[in-house]
Amino acid sequence: MCAGEPLFAFEAVSVGPPEARRLAGLDAQLPGGGLTVVAGPSGSGKSTLLRLCNRLDVPSEGRVRHRGEDIAQRDPLRLRREVAMVFQRPVTFAGTVLDNLREADPGCDEARGAELLERAGLPATFLARDAGELSGGEAQRACLARALATDPHVMLMDEPTSALDAKATAVLERLASQLVRDGTPVVWVSHSEAQMRRLADFVLLLDGGRVDREGSAQEVLGVG
Amino acid sequence: MDSAGDIGVIGLAASLVLVVVAFAISLRLRLRLERELVVSVTRGLVQLLIVGAALAIVIDPDTPLVWSWVWVVGIVVFAAATVKRRAPAVPGLFWIGLLANAVTGVVGFAVAFGLGIFPVQGRTIVPIAGMLIGNSMKSAIVVSERLVEALSEQRAEVEARLALGQPWVGASRPILRSVMRTALSPQIENTKALGIVFLPGAMTGLILAGVDPLDAVLVQLALMYLILGGVATTTAVTALGAVRRLFTSDHRLVALPRSTRHTG
Repeated sequence: MCAGEPLFAFEAVSVGPPEARRLAGLDAQLPGGGLTVVAGPSGSGKSTLLRLCNRLDVPSEGRVRHRGEDIAQRDPLRLRREVAMVFQRPVTFAGTVLDNLREADPGCDEARGAELLERAGLPATFLARDAGELSGGEAQRACLARALATDPHVMLMDEPTSALDAKATAVLERLASQLVRDGTPVVWVSHSEAQMRRLADFVLLLDGGRVDREGSAQEVLGVG
Repeated sequence: MDSAGDIGVIGLAASLVLVVVAFAISLRLRLRLERELVVSVTRGLVQLLIVGAALAIVIDPDTPLVWSWVWVVGIVVFAAATVKRRAPAVPGLFWIGLLANAVTGVVGFAVAFGLGIFPVQGRTIVPIAGMLIGNSMKSAIVVSERLVEALSEQRAEVEARLALGQPWVGASRPILRSVMRTALSPQIENTKALGIVFLPGAMTGLILAGVDPLDAVLVQLALMYLILGGVATTTAVTALGAVRRLFTSDHRLVALPRSTRHTG
C-alpha cells in the first residue's frame, strides 16, 4: 500500500449486462485524501461506483484498485471493514444503539460506544436508546457511528442526507468534513450541486455510466 | 368386509353429492369454479385410482421390497422438483431439495424401522414416505419462497450488515431464523391441535377401516412425531442450503426478484 496512490482507480470498468450497463467502460481516479463528491443525474452510475469500492458490487469488466491494489484480490470482509459505508436511508438493526455498534465491533463497551457516538455528533445517552425509535437524522448518525466502529480507512457515503431535513443535513456534512480533517478520506455521492459546492475537494461527474467531468472543485465548479 | 373402509363404487358415487353441492354453490354465486371443480375432482379420482392400483402391486407381500424403495425414490425426486418449481430464484434448489428430502427420508426411516416402530413392509414403506416427504415438501416450499422474499425485501439490512464486514452467515442470520420459524410453526401448531381441532388423516383412515381407535391413535402419534422431525430436518437443510446459494463466495447477495409468491 502506498499513500501516494489514488484512493480508488477504476480501469475500463463496466457493470451490468451489455444491453443495460450501469457503468460503461469507466476510467477514473479518486485522489488519496480529502472529500470527493460523485455526482450526476439519476441512473448515471453514482451508487454503483460507490458499491464497487467495498465490493457490494463487482465489475462485469475492468478492474478497481484501492491504493494501487486490485480489490478483487482482497479479502472482501476485511476490505469492507477498512472501506466503511453509510447508505442512503439509515438502516438500524433491532435493539439499542449500543447493540447496533456491537454488530460492527462485538467488543464495543460503553466507553468506546460513547466515543463513537461523539464522533457522530450524538450524546452518550443515546447508547441505551432503542435504535428503531430514532429520528431520521439521529438514525443516520447512529449508522455513521456504527460504520466508524470498524475503524475504517475510508468512508463511503451514498446520498446520506437525501432523506434528512436541512438541519440534520448540515450536521452530517459537518461530521463528514471533520472525518476528512481527522485523516479519513470521504467519498460522498450527491445529486445536489449546492451540496457539492459546500463539501467537495474533488468532483467526479458521471453521466450515462461514464465520466462527464472530473477534477478539483475549483476546476469543475469554479469554487475557491 | 363390514368396516367403513370398504365403501365400494356406490359409496364413492354417493360421496360425490357434496361435489354437486360445491358445484351448485359455484353456479349460484357465479364463482366460475365449475370447470375447475370438475377437472380437479376427475383428475384426483384418476390419479388416486392409478396410484391405488400401483400400490396394490407394490405393497403385495409377494412383490420384492425393492419396488417400494423405488417408489420412495420417485417421491423424493418429485418433491425436489416441486420445491424447485416454486422458488426458481434459488440456484440449484432441485439438488438442495433432493438432499433435504433424502436426509429426511433416511432419518425418518432409520427411526421408524431401525427402532422397530413399524415393520419393514411395502404397506408401511410407501405410505410413511408419502406422509413424511409430503409434509416436509410443504415446509421446504414455504422456507424457500419466504427466504427469497425476505432477502429481497430486506436487502438494505442485509447489505448494511455485509458492509460492516459480516460474512453472509451473520448477515442473513436474523432473516434465516425468522423464515425457519415461519416454516416450522404450522407443523408445531398442528401437533398442538392434534385431536382437539382435527383428527389427522392416518388415524381417521384407520378408524374408518375398522381398527381400534386406541391403536389408531398410537400409529398416528408415531407418524406425527416422525413428520415433525422430518419437517424440522427438511426445513433446516433447505434453508441453510438455499441461503448459501443466495450469496456469492465473496459475500454478496445475488440479484433477486421483488417477489416470488406463487399465485398460479
